[in-house]
Amino acid sequence: MSHHLLDVRDLRHAYPDGTLALDGPTFTLHHGEAVALVGANGAGKSTLLKHLNGSLRPTAGEVRVGELPVHPGTLAQIRRTVGMVFQDPDDMLFMPTVLEDVAFGPRNQGFPVGEADARALEALQQVGAAHLAAKAPYHLSMGEKRRCALAAVLAMAPDILVLDEPSTGLDPRGRRLLVDLLRAFTHTRVLATHDLDLALRLCPRTLVLHRGRLVADGPTREILADRARMEAWELEAWPPEG
Amino acid sequence: MASLADALLDLREMDRLARLDTPIHRLEPRAKVLATALFLAVLASFGPREVSSLLPLALFPVALAALGGIPFALVVRKVALGLPFILVLGAFLPWLERMPALQVGPLVLSAGWLAYGSLLARGILAMATATVLVAATGFGEMCAALDRLGAPRAFSQQLLFLHRYLFLVGEEAERARQARALRAAGRPLSAREFGPFAGHLLIRSWERAERVHLALCARGFEGTLPKRVQGRFRRREWTFLLGWATFFILCRWRPLPVLLGSLLPGGAP
Amino acid sequence: MHMGDALISATVGGTFWAVSGASLAGASRRLRREGDESRVPLMGVLGAFVFAVQMVNFAIPGTGSSGHLVGALMLAALLGPPAALLVMGSVLLVQALFFADGGLLAFGCNLFNMGILPIFVAFPLLYAPLARRGRPGLGALLAAGVGMELGALAVSLETVASGLTGLSFRAFLLALLPIHLPIGLVEGVATALVLRFVARARPGLLVPRPEPIGRRVLGTILGAAVLVAGLLSWIASRQPDGLAWATARVAPALGAAPGAALHRLAAGIQQRTAFLPDYALPGPDVNLLRQRSGTSLAGLLGGAVTLLLVATVGWLLARRRASPPEA
Ligand SMILES: Nc1ncnc2c1ncn2[C@@H]1O[C@H](COP(=O)(O)OP(=O)(O)O)[C@@H](O)[C@H]1O
Ligand SMILES: [Mg+2]
Repeated sequence: MSHHLLDVRDLRHAYPDGTLALDGPTFTLHHGEAVALVGANGAGKSTLLKHLNGSLRPTAGEVRVGELPVHPGTLAQIRRTVGMVFQDPDDMLFMPTVLEDVAFGPRNQGFPVGEADARALEALQQVGAAHLAAKAPYHLSMGEKRRCALAAVLAMAPDILVLDEPSTGLDPRGRRLLVDLLRAFTHTRVLATHDLDLALRLCPRTLVLHRGRLVADGPTREILADRARMEAWELEAWPPEG
Repeated sequence: MASLADALLDLREMDRLARLDTPIHRLEPRAKVLATALFLAVLASFGPREVSSLLPLALFPVALAALGGIPFALVVRKVALGLPFILVLGAFLPWLERMPALQVGPLVLSAGWLAYGSLLARGILAMATATVLVAATGFGEMCAALDRLGAPRAFSQQLLFLHRYLFLVGEEAERARQARALRAAGRPLSAREFGPFAGHLLIRSWERAERVHLALCARGFEGTLPKRVQGRFRRREWTFLLGWATFFILCRWRPLPVLLGSLLPGGAP
Repeated sequence: MHMGDALISATVGGTFWAVSGASLAGASRRLRREGDESRVPLMGVLGAFVFAVQMVNFAIPGTGSSGHLVGALMLAALLGPPAALLVMGSVLLVQALFFADGGLLAFGCNLFNMGILPIFVAFPLLYAPLARRGRPGLGALLAAGVGMELGALAVSLETVASGLTGLSFRAFLLALLPIHLPIGLVEGVATALVLRFVARARPGLLVPRPEPIGRRVLGTILGAAVLVAGLLSWIASRQPDGLAWATARVAPALGAAPGAALHRLAAGIQQRTAFLPDYALPGPDVNLLRQRSGTSLAGLLGGAVTLLLVATVGWLLARRRASPPEA
């Protein structure tokens, strides 16, 4: 297995209406790394993440996961490797009960009902949500929904965990629980966020997107503390002054 | 239906009831769906002027509601929603069919009144039963039952999605309506505003659906949902179904109330 | 225009269940054949949208009244007819199940009136050709108006064929058609406004070139319409209630069966005790009336006692359930 787990090369994406959302980011991710992808609203974070599991096709450039290039023929394998937690958990949880929903991925991977349920339950335990198994997703709080969505992805045992704005809509306690949870994982992690405190706590390395371009790639602490450049990227320096 | 907000509240209440754990809830949903179908067919097969012979059928919704912990107030509220329509539609009957059909002491009822009474009885029984069925079964289970009873796959599956996103889309619509109302100073939504209002909501729903679809594909979705965990038809279900079927047929063939009434003093012919 | 279960007989309800069920199955098959099954989530979400938007009322200029969208035509323009029918079916089913808005037995009728007619008749015959000629607004107006009138016509036929309201076909038409014309036009305007907004804001969403209907499909639709209309008028002319009539015809054929004696006994009791046996009321026959008033009273008393019994049973069951089980 290659040491480079994820390779993004000169990625470009234009939406049908002409918006150039990604303008050439290039970077490489290694095994077990935790990387923050920060950038202002509309910088292109979600667009970039959607390329990592093939949800969007690049207009130009290439994404490779391990040895595999991401294209329609490899999607099934790519999606087994890359687990994606969407920004809005309501977009993910749709089955009548949480357990059925978390078991949805494993069942699509071909596991029989019993085995899929066992995996689902294990994933729910991992995120501390086993007690929600029988509940309907739309009766959950935001924090609970986020954990269940995370469990839904963990149940598929991916190598790479991709999270889009995982702390949005959480109250301080919910956010702290999430931080503890994510810190405990050993997966390779990419998380898009404009929650800079979260980036600092979870990710030693940070990528900064600004208007579709990759403008910085380095140690989180240094990048976030660079007031002048952060200002230029329409971000607040972290930790704040005073 | 009064307002979207009320409708959503109602839906949540029905959902809550569906998660109760009672003997009725534990029955395999197909048994309940089939028994209800039979009930409705028998109810509809009665003649247009029969009132008293319909009444024993009320035992079905009443027993189900009682055993299933469904509050009677909820059933009454649902029935009250649908009743005005029937009241109006049948209002011509007493006037159209004036020939006398029933005499009780000095009071003579025309055939029209009987037909009107029959219409109301049917309406009440049908609506009450539908309400109890859903409240004691739950939507997801109903979809699974429909699926297993042979409903087209795509149909039962998108019903599941409809129910799931009803709350989100409904609440979105309700928020938009309120936000508008706050700035509208009591002016109702005009037809001209309706296009953008509904259009916005439509586009947002559509985009939601696209995200849902992406999320599904990310977890290996290829067009059909995996089959749900399935209950089985056991003795309990057969007993329930056949027991009620026997009762319905008995009601259909013997006018029980008349038999009962003729046993009473003063009721004998 | 939602019909409740009270208004329809078992035969009419059953017939339309069959028609609508077959259409749903056909639409579902079409979807699968065209590889459109991945649109199932989209259909579900749009169903939720239609459900929500049906409850948003808007003022109709110059009338002081308000209207709302029904949505079948709009769905057909967005998703194409087969998917639109499935969505409309699920919206109607949810309304019947959760809101007592339209009955379960009447579901077949309701889907026919509010789904099949606008989606498979009005949409391809009126909306599609006009939209192709660049007149989607006019197309929506005409298709919605005609679709609604067809629906009202179908409601009349179904109700009269069921024979439970006593109103004549003519009376129904006179009452329903004029009311539904403005409702249909409002539907058309609302549909056109929403579609225009969507066409500007997200041009990609609308079915690019709605297909006009092929000759074969047209033939099928017309054939089915004639068949259904014929069937309905036949039922209507036979007997108020078709199933009762059918049972009466079938029962003698069961004569050889071992249960026949029992059946005859039951029928005999019914003959003697029902206050309106066969519910074929002859003219105002005073003798008949006098003869029956005794049993009629029995019926009335018995009815009251029945209700009382049912209520008691319900109360007892509820109480037993509520009390904690004894250890
Ligand atoms: N479906 C779409 N169609 C057109 N433009 C889009 C679409 N989705 C996103 N965009 C645009 O692409 C840019 C990047 O968006 P996004 O990746 O969502 O940013 P972020 O997640 O960093 O907030 C924004 O300018 C946004 O308006
Ligand atoms: Mg984003």
